[in-house]
Amino acid sequence: MGDLFSNFLTGSVPIEAYLGVSLIMFFAGVYGFLSRKSLLMILVSIELMLNAADINFVVFNRYLYPGQMEGFFFTLFGIAIAACETAVAIAIIINIYRNLTSVEVGEIDEMKE
Amino acid sequence: MNFLSIFVLVPALMMMGLYVSKTRKQIQFVTATGASILMILSGVITYMYLSERAAGNMAEMLFTADTVWYAPFNIHYSVGIDGISVAMLLLTSIIVFTGVFASWKIDPLPKEFFLWYCLLSIGVYGFFISTDMFTMFMYYEIALIPMYLLIGVWGSGRKEYGAMKLTLMLMGGSALLLVGILGIYYQSGATSMNILEIAKTTIPIQAQYYLFPLTFMGFGVLGAMFPFHTWSPDGHASAPTAVSMLHAGVLMKLGGYGCFRVAIYLMPQAAHEMSWIFLVLTGISVVYGAFSAIVQTDLKYINAYSSVSHCGLVLFAILMLNQTAMTGAILQMLSHGLMTALFFALIGMIYGRTHTRLITEMSGLMKVLPFLGVSYVIAGLASLGLPSLSGFVAEMTIFVGSFQETDTFHRVLTIVACTSIVITAVYILRVVGKILFGVIQDEHHKHLTDATWFERLSVVTLIIAIFALGSAPFWISNMIGESVLPVVTQLAK
Amino acid sequence: MQYTLLIVLLPLISFIFLGLMDSKLKPKVAGIIGTSVLGIITALSYTAAFEYFTMHKIAGVYERLIPLHIEWVRFTEFLHIDLGILLDPISIMMLVVITTVSFMVNLYSTSYMHGEKGFQRYFAFLSLFTFSMLGLVIATNIFQMYIFWELVGVSSYLLIGFYYTKPSAVAAAKKAFIVTRFADLGFLVGILFLSFYTKTFDFGILTSGNPNVFASTVGVSFMGLSVMSWAMGLIFIGGAGKSAMFPLQIWLPDAMEGPTPVSALIHAATMVVAGVYLVARLFPVYEVYAPDVLHGIAYIGAFTSLFAAVIACVQTDIKRVLAFSTISQIGFMMVGLGVSGYGAHEGLGYMASMFHLFTHAMFKALLFLGAGSVIHAVHSNEMKDMGGLRKYMPITNYTFLIACLAIAGIYPFSGFFSKDEILAATFEFSPYLGGVMSIIAGLTAFYMFRLYYSIFWGKGHKHAHDHTPHESPLAMSIPLIFLAVVTIFAGFIPFGHFVTSDLANYDIHLDMTVAVMSVSIAIFSIGIATLMYRKESKIPNIMGKTFSHLHKSASNRFYIDEVYIFITKKIIFKNISTPIAWFDKHIIDATMDGFAGVTQWTSVKIKGFQSGQVQQYAYIFLLGTLIIAALVLFV
Repeated sequence: MGDLFSNFLTGSVPIEAYLGVSLIMFFAGVYGFLSRKSLLMILVSIELMLNAADINFVVFNRYLYPGQMEGFFFTLFGIAIAACETAVAIAIIINIYRNLTSVEVGEIDEMKE
Repeated sequence: MNFLSIFVLVPALMMMGLYVSKTRKQIQFVTATGASILMILSGVITYMYLSERAAGNMAEMLFTADTVWYAPFNIHYSVGIDGISVAMLLLTSIIVFTGVFASWKIDPLPKEFFLWYCLLSIGVYGFFISTDMFTMFMYYEIALIPMYLLIGVWGSGRKEYGAMKLTLMLMGGSALLLVGILGIYYQSGATSMNILEIAKTTIPIQAQYYLFPLTFMGFGVLGAMFPFHTWSPDGHASAPTAVSMLHAGVLMKLGGYGCFRVAIYLMPQAAHEMSWIFLVLTGISVVYGAFSAIVQTDLKYINAYSSVSHCGLVLFAILMLNQTAMTGAILQMLSHGLMTALFFALIGMIYGRTHTRLITEMSGLMKVLPFLGVSYVIAGLASLGLPSLSGFVAEMTIFVGSFQETDTFHRVLTIVACTSIVITAVYILRVVGKILFGVIQDEHHKHLTDATWFERLSVVTLIIAIFALGSAPFWISNMIGESVLPVVTQLAK
Repeated sequence: MQYTLLIVLLPLISFIFLGLMDSKLKPKVAGIIGTSVLGIITALSYTAAFEYFTMHKIAGVYERLIPLHIEWVRFTEFLHIDLGILLDPISIMMLVVITTVSFMVNLYSTSYMHGEKGFQRYFAFLSLFTFSMLGLVIATNIFQMYIFWELVGVSSYLLIGFYYTKPSAVAAAKKAFIVTRFADLGFLVGILFLSFYTKTFDFGILTSGNPNVFASTVGVSFMGLSVMSWAMGLIFIGGAGKSAMFPLQIWLPDAMEGPTPVSALIHAATMVVAGVYLVARLFPVYEVYAPDVLHGIAYIGAFTSLFAAVIACVQTDIKRVLAFSTISQIGFMMVGLGVSGYGAHEGLGYMASMFHLFTHAMFKALLFLGAGSVIHAVHSNEMKDMGGLRKYMPITNYTFLIACLAIAGIYPFSGFFSKDEILAATFEFSPYLGGVMSIIAGLTAFYMFRLYYSIFWGKGHKHAHDHTPHESPLAMSIPLIFLAVVTIFAGFIPFGHFVTSDLANYDIHLDMTVAVMSVSIAIFSIGIATLMYRKESKIPNIMGKTFSHLHKSASNRFYIDEVYIFITKKIIFKNISTPIAWFDKHIIDATMDGFAGVTQWTSVKIKGFQSGQVQQYAYIFLLGTLIIAALVLFV
């Protein structure tokens, strides 16, 4: 533990630490996606998963190809897309709420049958 | 492109014309013109065919043409006709023509109705001119789909149920057929799906054992073979007049034609060995359909069951595997096509006036509807096989042909099939006696008006065709007889 | 003799013309057209008969002429239906009979049917019938005969059902058609058997006596009977249907629902003897290759004859009496053929049968037309409404009496000669059968005079209509008189010079014992009838009571109709068709619906998998991924 902390201070954090964080974020997202009933929370979970993936991009780029920047760029793409997606999703969710006064996924089944 | 394709082109042009037409007058003009052109064309093609034969061209198919359509599977658009196709083209043209006039005042959506109607006729015409199995299959499917909409939208009674049942059962048949066709293609090792090419190869007998039943049943469903006939009563009962006419008159013939052209022609060995199974089934169809018709009370059901009986006779005769019986089968297809179309036309016209099809609710109509009444009697007499009308020639050719098979099995079945002439008389005369003769019971029926000019045109055309086929059968039976010959030689191999 | 074609074609043209024009023509014009066409072809037939019988014979034998012959449709290498005209003594004789009776009936109808609705249609149908019947008798081959056989059946259907608003007429027409159609099934199968083995439909070849034709039938048998017996037996069933032989006679009495002239033409003189004609046409084949069937025909004929004669004694509707007497007389003809052999003297039965056909056609048509005249006058068919009419209708009375004497077999009327020959031939065949036939002849005389006295003698009953009955107009009387004259003199025609089994000349000798016996039986029977029915008498009632059982059964025609109704209604309709329709709906169709149902059920059941809930999908996806990952890692 001390080792990890000193590494953090010196700037050489081991890859497991980053991956550990992203893993926790990702599965938090998965869990949230599966268990939450509110559309908003599902959206948040999706964002979590996306961000976990972004972290992985950056980390792997830094460790595997230190001189190159593709991973960073891809992450920026990911962030941009996540932003757009959130905008669209929130717009849809607001509309659904206006029409159905609810954002619970289990209750939105007007189009079925 | 060869000029046979004109039979497909004309309905396609009609569809275009219909698309741009706006008023009912224009729609009527387009359909009537198109149907008349088709009539004339089929006359011309008959003449050309006969003169070509007279000039000594003894090729199996005339006017052939071949274009690659989809190279990876060797699918060609290949056309060609022999005497049987010519006869079928004539039949189709007559039915399409009369069908147009029988639905002259169709309501609602006349434009859409005729669009689908033309698509249907494209399918039928295409089927009869194709010699490539896949193209044939494609046209078959083209003919099936419009049926669903035509019945579902313009039908009467339980139309959704009828449409669904008819389409699904026929689709089921065509699924079997597709397997059969692909099986034939791969097993024969031929380089194209052209029937004439495949006929030159020999399909391994082991493969024939399962491909023959598949193809025969696939087409047999369309030919209303027992026990796959139940789409016929329900489907016909709910279909609009012109669709019933075209369906019973022509589409059911696709079944017999296909059995003959694909199942028997390409797999003669299996046909010899397995015909008995289907002979029993079709034999049952013949008698069973007739007996069922006796107790029905709905005019369309009666006619649908009578179609089961008559079409059963077609397949029955094809399975006798000799020239005379097969010629009879084709004649029966023509004859049944004409008279059943006449029946459905008349039933539609009577229904349009009385608003009922139950024979218990009608009587004495001869007095108020003399034209329709007399025509109904003529149709009935044709159906029960009166000489000089078409049914007689066809049935007699079948019976004489079937009798050439000497073993007891065939003998007994033939005699059983013969009994249908009596049973037919029973149900025909029952209907005629109930609805036409006697005294009018229903007050409303006293003020009915007889047929209008377009109805008369439709009915008279069919009656003339029935008379022509029945009184001068020699030329058409010779034309068919020689076209049956290649199949018979194939069977003798 | 090409012009014989006209004899057939003219009625056809007349039918088509009258049929198409229908009510556009004035009734009178239609009647004139129909009748004059018949007049022309009658004249043509007489010319043909004269020409044919005066033609030079080859070795004393009449030639078979085929003036016209075309192939109509070809079935196989050997079998093809031809249409043609065959002229030989019997077909010529039939031409004469048919055209004569038909002409008379047409003439009679112009007056009898006057004012009826559908007058034009009636004449169109009469022409159609005449055409079909003529086509039948001149057929060159058995299939042509079958074709016209069906056509006469339809004409008969149309004419019986002429009063189509009357339910009983419609039912009778239907019954007639279906019963004969059933018999035709036998005919058809018989033709198929015969033609399959002989490789021909042609009468000329079949009756040529050439054994090679039948070579392939030798030794072929089925269920203990030779194939020829089957074929000829089945063909006879066809004949039995048209000629109303037991048990297929049921349609004929009902057929009397048609207009009376139609009964005279179709159901007395011409169509009903088609069966006899058929057997006569194929006689050489029956005689050589199926003698057992031929003898069967004799016994069936005799039984039918007896059966019908007994029933005729108690019927009260005058047309039905005549109908049963027709059945009985056709029985006589069948017996004549059945007992006959081939050749000069052996062929006596054949000759007599044809002779009886000829004379019977004339006097039976006369009887029916006479009955029509009576019905016209009193507007009823029932005997109880008649009586004492001789004062009002002298012509009808005398002509009817002549016909009754003829059918009873009194010298010198024509019936005597022909019936006597049949009896003589029968006695030679079997004395027992001869005895039975003589008794039937006696019964015939009895019931005919019962009929005669009930109509024309006795007290005049109160008539349904208040006007007094009167003699019929000229157009009706002329046919009566003409036929009466023929009936008186036809017996003296040397029939054996014209029609014999081997086409050669044969001189008829009256067998005195048979003649004397039959005439005395006839006179005795007439005596009894006179006693019982000339004046009001209690004897018939007493007799009826004494033999009440027999009387009741005979009045109900021995319940044969009930048997048929049982078969058709109970067995075919209730026990075959209804179950089949039920089976179709509830088994076959239900199976098909069942397939659809199973598909639908399955889809409903697996619908849960396709819930549209993304979370559920994701959950399953995750599980799947984990499982696959586990598999990859640990297996």
